[in-house]
Amino acid sequence: MSLDHESFVASHVKDLPRSGIRDFFAVVSEMPQAISLGIGEPDFATPWHVREAAIFALEKGCTSYTDNRGLLRLRRAISKYVAGFFGPEYDPASEILATVGVSEAIDVALRAILNPGDKVLYHEPCYVSYAPSVTLALGVAIPVGTKPEDEFALDPAAFEAAWEPGCKALLLNFPTNPTGGTADREKLQRLARFAIDKNLLVISDEIYGELTYEGEHVGIASLPGMKERTLLLHGFSKAFAMTGFRIGYACGPAVLIEAMMKIHQYCMMCAPILSQEAAVEALVNGAEEVARMKEQYHRRRDFIVRRFNEIGLSCHSPRGSFYAFPSILSTGLSDTDFAHRLLRESEVAVVPGTAFGEHGSDHVRASFSTSYENLVEATDRIARFRDDILTEDSAAV
Amino acid sequence: MSDVLTLLLEGAKPCADHLANVLGKEKAEVEAELRRLEEDKSLLGWLPVFNPEKIEDGRVRAVIEVKISPEREGGFDRLAMRIARFEEVESCYLMSGGFDLLIFVTGKNLRKVAAFVSERLATIEGVLSTSTHFLLRPYKEQRHLLPDETEAVDKLAVSP
Repeated sequence: MSLDHESFVASHVKDLPRSGIRDFFAVVSEMPQAISLGIGEPDFATPWHVREAAIFALEKGCTSYTDNRGLLRLRRAISKYVAGFFGPEYDPASEILATVGVSEAIDVALRAILNPGDKVLYHEPCYVSYAPSVTLALGVAIPVGTKPEDEFALDPAAFEAAWEPGCKALLLNFPTNPTGGTADREKLQRLARFAIDKNLLVISDEIYGELTYEGEHVGIASLPGMKERTLLLHGFSKAFAMTGFRIGYACGPAVLIEAMMKIHQYCMMCAPILSQEAAVEALVNGAEEVARMKEQYHRRRDFIVRRFNEIGLSCHSPRGSFYAFPSILSTGLSDTDFAHRLLRESEVAVVPGTAFGEHGSDHVRASFSTSYENLVEATDRIARFRDDILTEDSAAV
Repeated sequence: MSDVLTLLLEGAKPCADHLANVLGKEKAEVEAELRRLEEDKSLLGWLPVFNPEKIEDGRVRAVIEVKISPEREGGFDRLAMRIARFEEVESCYLMSGGFDLLIFVTGKNLRKVAAFVSERLATIEGVLSTSTHFLLRPYKEQRHLLPDETEAVDKLAVSP
């Protein structure tokens, strides 16, 4: 008799849906010749001086574990950088934890604070791991929709309306993957008042903070009374183009960082030392390269947004991140059908909006983290694809 | 710096249609900007960047350090310009340090470059010495790494 392996899978894991992106990836990987606007990482290689620092560290024999919290040199550099960019100052000894990317920081933050059944409010559409991470931490994830007419910006009133007894935390990501939505100071202030009023902890993933093209990036921890109730999560993957290094960090109150560290030390021990060494170099000498990449993203954003609107796919100008999130309503297709047909018929990959939650319906995510040549060709193909769809429709009538 | 020039420096193709499309400008506007850049000599010309190892025409490239005597009026300028005008000279720079001019030279073969150095360059009055270094193998050409490593990176086609 064969073993029933399914019976060994925990029920809350069994019930967890597979990521829509994973399913779409399987289709795209069969078409290597397609132009992909589905990539959620920088197209730039990590700046050479950062890679070279990692090589040098390897040559020196830096191959050991580090302090669970990360190298003190790194935590000091993080403290200085965060104070300069985000505002609040954190004690490198007790208020900073180096993690394996922001993904691990989200996981350990949620596991550190949630008791079974505790509720977490998060905005949607959003990065694919937020709701599953809450579920895996035995919490209950409550989505709060952001709206196309607001350019998917933070909507504090929607958070207030969604609150219910048992809510313990807010999970934020501004600028947002996949919409590029941002949170201005005024809205964050209102959300901060709400968090204080309801005694909520804020987990704020600000990984795209540096890639803010209009206005300033405001970190919620910098607002009065918020540092003490915020876990600021950040990392090197996006602005520093270091996705493969898997290095991020959490800053917050010492007691919470200590709780996160306990989980981190048992499941991860520490972030890889080579990545930590590279991260120090990125923080100390990386500003110029970050600015150079940001400038290119900015121009590509202007191009792709203009093209989508010319094509007839209404698209707001994302104030941050490197994703455009056009509406495909005018084609009459669902976002999933649009993405699959565009891939098969025109060999361009975009990600259906519903891969980022139901509130992402009728939209697709198109990354502009690719060359101008690809963007020009991909948008030309999308224009022809849309024309073909409309021609089909009129012929059917 | 104009946005047209910025884009060109990032490696965009010098095609007015493409530049206009990317920048969201009229083609005529980009053409006018390119004309302006050429007229005020900000933009001196266009050269493709080749992989020398793929162009098997036997050409030889050399870098030559040249010591020259400065002159009472004009310093190094007259001699530098006299040297720079030779067809064989691709680039010519006044340098700080142990020599005065650094020149980049190409020739159809090694003999042609040797002849240029010994018969034309070294014999100019005011040229005190030359030191010629032949280029053996390129590793980076105008910001392009050789061999191109980008193909080696296996990135996911779609990622969250």
